[in-house]
Amino acid sequence: MTAHDLKLSRRAMLQGAGALVIGVMLPIGKAFAQAANPPAPANPNAFIRVAPDNSVTVLIKHVEMGQGPRTGLATVIAEELDADWSQIRAENAPTAPEYINTMVGMQFTGGSTAMAESYTQMRKAGAAARAMLVQAAAQRWKVKPEEITVEKGVIRHAKSRKQGNFGQFAADAAKLPVPADPPLKDPSKFTLIGHDKSVGRPDSPAKVNGTAKFGIDETAPGMLYVVVARPPRFGVKLASFDPAAALKVSGVTAVRQLSSGVAVYARSTWAAMKGRNALVVKWDESGAESRGTDEIIAEYLEKSKKPGLTAKSEGDVDAAIRAAGKDVVEVEYVFPYLAHAPMEPLNGFILWDGKTVDARYGCQTQTPDQAAIAKVLGVKPEQVSLTTTFAGGSFGRRANAYSDFAVELAEAAKAIGPNKPVKLVWTREDDITGGFYRPLIVHRMKGAIKDGKITAWSDSMIGQSFMVGSPFESFVVKNGIDQSMVEGASEIFYDIANFRCDATIVKSPVTTLWWRSVGHTHTGYSTETFIDLLLEKAGKDPVAGRLEMMGKTPSAKRAAAVLKAVAELANWDGPAPAKGRARGVAVVESFGSCVAEIAEVSIGENGEPKVHKMWAAVDCGTAVNPDVIRAQVDGGIGYAMGHILYAEVPLMAGKPTVSNFHDYRSLRIEEMPEVEVTILPLSTPPSGIGEPGVPPCGPAIANALARLGKPRPAHLPMVKPA
Amino acid sequence: MPFSIKVNGNDRTVDVDDDTPLLWVIRDELGLTGTKFGCGVAMCGACTVHIDGQPQRSCSIPVSEVSGEITTIEAVEGVEAKAVQAAWVAHDVPQCGYCQSGQVMSAVALLREKPKPTNEDIDLAMNGNICRCATYVRIRAAIHDAAKTLGAAA
Repeated sequence: MTAHDLKLSRRAMLQGAGALVIGVMLPIGKAFAQAANPPAPANPNAFIRVAPDNSVTVLIKHVEMGQGPRTGLATVIAEELDADWSQIRAENAPTAPEYINTMVGMQFTGGSTAMAESYTQMRKAGAAARAMLVQAAAQRWKVKPEEITVEKGVIRHAKSRKQGNFGQFAADAAKLPVPADPPLKDPSKFTLIGHDKSVGRPDSPAKVNGTAKFGIDETAPGMLYVVVARPPRFGVKLASFDPAAALKVSGVTAVRQLSSGVAVYARSTWAAMKGRNALVVKWDESGAESRGTDEIIAEYLEKSKKPGLTAKSEGDVDAAIRAAGKDVVEVEYVFPYLAHAPMEPLNGFILWDGKTVDARYGCQTQTPDQAAIAKVLGVKPEQVSLTTTFAGGSFGRRANAYSDFAVELAEAAKAIGPNKPVKLVWTREDDITGGFYRPLIVHRMKGAIKDGKITAWSDSMIGQSFMVGSPFESFVVKNGIDQSMVEGASEIFYDIANFRCDATIVKSPVTTLWWRSVGHTHTGYSTETFIDLLLEKAGKDPVAGRLEMMGKTPSAKRAAAVLKAVAELANWDGPAPAKGRARGVAVVESFGSCVAEIAEVSIGENGEPKVHKMWAAVDCGTAVNPDVIRAQVDGGIGYAMGHILYAEVPLMAGKPTVSNFHDYRSLRIEEMPEVEVTILPLSTPPSGIGEPGVPPCGPAIANALARLGKPRPAHLPMVKPA
Repeated sequence: MPFSIKVNGNDRTVDVDDDTPLLWVIRDELGLTGTKFGCGVAMCGACTVHIDGQPQRSCSIPVSEVSGEITTIEAVEGVEAKAVQAAWVAHDVPQCGYCQSGQVMSAVALLREKPKPTNEDIDLAMNGNICRCATYVRIRAAIHDAAKTLGAAA
């Protein structure tokens, strides 16, 4: 399976999410055409509203959780519309069929798809609106539309010296038929797309003065605040509870059972928290995960000695390894459970009046969440108004195959009864101990070198699959192989005659989930540190050695291009240390994009790795907003680094032993390196950027450490707590 | 029980338990939602406010122990605040933006203390403010830029 197929399979899997699928993509502008009697401001189509005051509001169908869709999608529309950026506003789209993710078949943000899936759709929407505005002007001025030009929001007919703005023609334009296939701009004429700093993030001002509204900021008169007492271990059920002590806490108004635990309702967040502390709950722990992570790891390491189900096999790995004799290299990699820990813990607002529902939160999966809320409250999905607010980060956590948070929120509304507005908040402890972790994964890597050449590569991995048993299983798990687990390991850039990648899926009550860059969180590290180790043993330069082994696939060609670009950017002259610092490199393709990174690392005074600088070269196709791309790469590097260096959720007898940022260590400012990013100038379709900066960071650091005399860390995180 | 506090220049009386953290008074009682909840244990800085101009983690100060005038992101002002907020926008620092109220409050306090901070000064002053999006590179650049603006105005 090629990386391209893999991408398609991810898409196919999401398209198949059972009854939730809205399989038909509505043609652009259908709503536009239906707006025969448009309300003011005119609503030309689902994505663009041109108001009489000349403002252009773009409805953004992807949740803004930091990755920049507000900027990106608005840029694309402004470009084709020939709007002036100053007239552009961005607003979250409501939950409605018009706003499905065209790669996924439902309203959904994730898989770094926002720009990739909507680029052409947004261009067409912008071009259609522009054509209609021009047509409206032509009719009013009684001139030919071909003679009209539009530039920076000004509609002009040079011959008659007439000009006007969008607002003046908005109402007339909305009455016109939608052009079926409006011409798109020649990319060479772009003034915004691909032009650095041509636009600023529309969400920046509100995010520096406290006015940006997140889910946790939603409120209503008489609203009750809810926190939930949750099971102390995974696989635990509620046995019984006594609400008496909680109800004695001033401000606590009710205690109710939910399927996730026991909800405490109060007149303030603090009262709800105190009520939860006072609550007496008995848990049935008979089904609990009772192992510690040390035991789980030992078990995985043992099991990984036997190959699992084959994801890909070429040549004869076993024979090549036998033939290599003692020139066989073997490394056991251990990747811990990781929490996403978005800055804003999960939370949401809901008001159910018995018939309809008003839910508001930083929702990442509108279609399934809407259906889940409807199901709990016994209403139809269209009776659930689901408002997407800003989301304070996600990194995967807000998208959940089971809509876990949406179900809990709806249950909290149902349990207290209609007409009581409720805000449910997870504490940080709920977040860190609450599961849906990046799975704990072990890779057993074996490689053989003969006459300076890598002749065999074997990767046996083992861990939980968050796809097995989920609504997505049949689309992403084929012949027992979970593609989201082996992505980046079953297909590698390097030509090795004897190759095998196999995987074993094990089960545990510990809940797991995709985490920023999904399978690449571990396969990027195992593959890119192991190839580096083998190249070192073979006496090859990490950059030149990789390039020599890169095959002829389109992926390998793109990888080679970013690798060369990053080497040039960093003036790569080999990995040898100088003045106590060494450099390491890694390159990973994920979500349709290729990123190569070089890390410059020393050992700090405290004995911890100190990363001084990261260089990155990016191929994400057409770079719509170079500054947003740089921000995502900076942030992806920081996010990766914080976890590779410091983070894990260990379990002791099944219980998470970390609970907040004092022991789930997060990257802080003094640990952030300088970052320099180059974006390859390309005109291929845009591909993902929210995640692809993450995977190469960890292995680049590890490969640098190896040149400082520290073996590439194989059991993560690199820094263990004192 | 009732407590009187001064927030953003206004005297406010709130009727809450004495152990209620200032954060929840600000958010739930006074409806000032720019100050954020991130950890509840003074480890992340999302809840940073100024008390008599000093940056403080409002999640870990019981209302009964508050002494001094409180300023939140909604009302932070002065040349430093203007310079910081302008630099934050010019650099497009925020990604998700949830921690940025706290970042801005810490940065304003830093620049009032040290108008020309070194990288080490920035590390010390901003170390308590976690950004999970890791916008640190731009935070650093924006603080230096704001310092330049202040220097030019002085």
